[in-house]
Amino acid sequence: MSKFQPLAAYDAASDGQYQLLPLKFTALDRNRYVVTNMVGEYAVLARETVHALARHTLRPSDPHYSELKAKHFLRDADSDVAVDLLALKSCTRYQRLADFTALHIFVVSLRCEHSCPYCQVSRQSDDRLAFDMSKETATRALELAFRSPSPVLKIEFQGGEPLLNFPLIKFIVEKALEKNHEIQRDLQFVITTNLALLTDEVLEFCKAHGVLLSTSLDGPADLHNANRPRPGRDSYERAVAGIKRAREVLGHDGVSALMTTTRASLGRVRNIVDEYIAQGFNNVFFRSLSPYGFAVKTKTYAAYDTSEWLNFYFEGLRYIIELNKNGRPFVESYAAMILTKMLTPFDTGYVDLMSPAGVGIAAVVYNYDGDVYVSDESRMLAEMGDKTFCMGNVHERTYEELFGSDTLLTPLEESFAGSVPMCNDCAFEPYCGADPVYHYATQGDFVGRKPLSGFCEKNMAIFRGLIGMMEEDPETKRLFRRWAAR
Amino acid sequence: MLTLNSRNVVLEGLAKGQRSMVLRLRQGGPEPLSLEQNEALFMQSGAAVGPGQTVLALERNANAAAHASGRIIVPDEFDYLGDGDVLAVELERPAVRVLYRRNSRHNSFLLTERCNHYCLMCSQPPKDINDDWIVDELFQAIPLISPETRSLGFTGGEPTLLGERFLRLVSVMREHLPATALHILSNGRRFVDPQFARAYAAIGHPDAMLGIPIYSASSQTHDHIVQADGAFDETVRGILNLKTCGQKVEIRVVVHQLNYAHLPVLAEFITRNLTFVDHVALMGLEMTGFAKANMDALWIDPVDYRQQLYEAAAVLQDFGLPTSIYNHQLCTIDRRIWPLAAKSISDWKNEYRLECLDCGVRERCGGFFATGRSRLSRHIRPMREN
Repeated sequence: MSKFQPLAAYDAASDGQYQLLPLKFTALDRNRYVVTNMVGEYAVLARETVHALARHTLRPSDPHYSELKAKHFLRDADSDVAVDLLALKSCTRYQRLADFTALHIFVVSLRCEHSCPYCQVSRQSDDRLAFDMSKETATRALELAFRSPSPVLKIEFQGGEPLLNFPLIKFIVEKALEKNHEIQRDLQFVITTNLALLTDEVLEFCKAHGVLLSTSLDGPADLHNANRPRPGRDSYERAVAGIKRAREVLGHDGVSALMTTTRASLGRVRNIVDEYIAQGFNNVFFRSLSPYGFAVKTKTYAAYDTSEWLNFYFEGLRYIIELNKNGRPFVESYAAMILTKMLTPFDTGYVDLMSPAGVGIAAVVYNYDGDVYVSDESRMLAEMGDKTFCMGNVHERTYEELFGSDTLLTPLEESFAGSVPMCNDCAFEPYCGADPVYHYATQGDFVGRKPLSGFCEKNMAIFRGLIGMMEEDPETKRLFRRWAAR
Repeated sequence: MLTLNSRNVVLEGLAKGQRSMVLRLRQGGPEPLSLEQNEALFMQSGAAVGPGQTVLALERNANAAAHASGRIIVPDEFDYLGDGDVLAVELERPAVRVLYRRNSRHNSFLLTERCNHYCLMCSQPPKDINDDWIVDELFQAIPLISPETRSLGFTGGEPTLLGERFLRLVSVMREHLPATALHILSNGRRFVDPQFARAYAAIGHPDAMLGIPIYSASSQTHDHIVQADGAFDETVRGILNLKTCGQKVEIRVVVHQLNYAHLPVLAEFITRNLTFVDHVALMGLEMTGFAKANMDALWIDPVDYRQQLYEAAAVLQDFGLPTSIYNHQLCTIDRRIWPLAAKSISDWKNEYRLECLDCGVRERCGGFFATGRSRLSRHIRPMREN
């Protein structure tokens, strides 16, 4: 007899019995299914394999058996470490929840010298008192921000055009840094600005205090200027000049850019990517319009439907993949965030794709008048006259009253995707988010009916598309893994 | 291949009464050196011997050492020895064993031959014997080792079977060789006990890494390869405990017939579940020890798992896990993962083939195990950089 034993001697599951671990499956196309486990690991399987798996008839000799066991879709009597590992991965996935709100948005002014038709919120008014945040309001909001237990506090200045109230930005930054002497958080600042009013004074201040800039760049000059009118029709020229100057002072990564898709952008996705490359960016974030603010009033939002936007998105994505294959590293940020959820144990903390929703507990908005909103989108809704998502005013409520309010807790609880009809058994749920504000804005309740949801349609198509592209082409899969791990 | 042990030695004038002695060699010159208690003069022609000193001489230099008070005469193949090298001299047998070579980057100590694995491809087949003397000897040797040594290895057997004595050895390493990186080959199972993991962490060695094997993401396959039921679960939990204590862990995967097909699945398993490990080594089979006995079950030409090796390495690399490929000839692996291939075969085991003379990348190639000639890839051929 050999002193070595055969495999069967070490297989406590040789009877072919196994237990299913929590899993969901959704059709990828006519023949294939996507199966995901509770922490977002996925496998693409033929219909008959899913059938065998669910029926407990998948044989250990089937090549999929060890893959599905390794990915924690099933466990057998030979090993019980799977549950420990799933628990660990779940903790990793949800670790941000315990940190609570990290992003604190200060709307320092609603005034703006641009008049973009898609704008979520802005006022072209010189009435400083009416639409600027006061020092008293800023001071109180800052106190609330520091009550968050998050080890990272990111303070983002928004508008309108926040540089129109630059003295208040200086006031908040200096006060926050002073507070942080004793509290010692990882404190970050960013100004969301169109850069048209950028001055040396602003840049010097940003450099001295570690403030970053985030700007809008919608594409080449004609498209950008059509999307973003301002007196002089020079929004593009000012933005590009601002990016250049900002980089000279703050370094290349001191300024980032975001784009918004309008009707005029459709069909021009390659021009947009080329423009981002020309301006020295290594990524673009394809964003669709939200159903809020002036976008709705001016009918810009309705100017294209989800399927038109998806065509735009995938054309852009394929173009970017080609660029990468030809040696030009460039990332589409929305795909990268989703891929991180698909391919790594980590979550990204991107507010729109969180469940429980990110509203209030990942990001919160202090409006110019002291009203506190659960998200940027919800203050836009308020500008249209609906204050459903207003948690209260900084001058009237305590931290506990604001963050313990039903205004926040009810939409969080009701929209949790793990228990929402259709989401709860959707294979893509681990990648998706609960967006109660979107569904309230479009369907009148925090959950909405998913077959009518543009949010659902858009994200399902992207999840399917990304997985399909990885299945089709190993090189794309490698590229996507690198995006996911960034 | 270097000769590290020999019984073909002559001992004269050495103190009796002990089983063995551990000595550090000093290179002699025209002026006599003053030697410490555990030092011997490495006899070169023209070197002066001080009174009462012990010398070690090659057979060809034996005459020059004639008047030393203690003499160790070894075969000429030990002429690679030099200043600072440490060896054990067994007085009864007699025999010499070279424990440490100061000029080598590949010094490692076998701590025990006992093991709770019985791996099908073990290059150092375990023995169930009492070999506590090995560690006794090491406690003597470690203080003699040059503190400038970059790195040292602990191997086995399974070092952690020594329990407390293993922990003490690591402490002694930290004490005497704080600047020396320590690499420990272990199956990690002992660390399933959180207290043991904490005790190991509490030593606070500044640069110790545990190299722990996982051969498959399937528990059955892993347990079969290591011939130990329940090993997979204990090893995985051991790694989790070590990382919970902030210790450095490397995962080592030897690739062969029984596990190559699911190598990419294992790579994904590591990135998903053990993403916090510090290094992953994908290793070729060394055709020695048990691997020879199980050759038919284990051998696969590396060219035939080229695709799986590439995919596994790509997965690990894409997710930013530091990854190396050991014991593979560059001509057998995908060009895209050449940058991961390390010259890993210990210098005393490394050889090249005739075909390699004309190869443009031989300088960065792993070469062959001198022990591995029984099986070779059919794809050994000269390569070019581009």
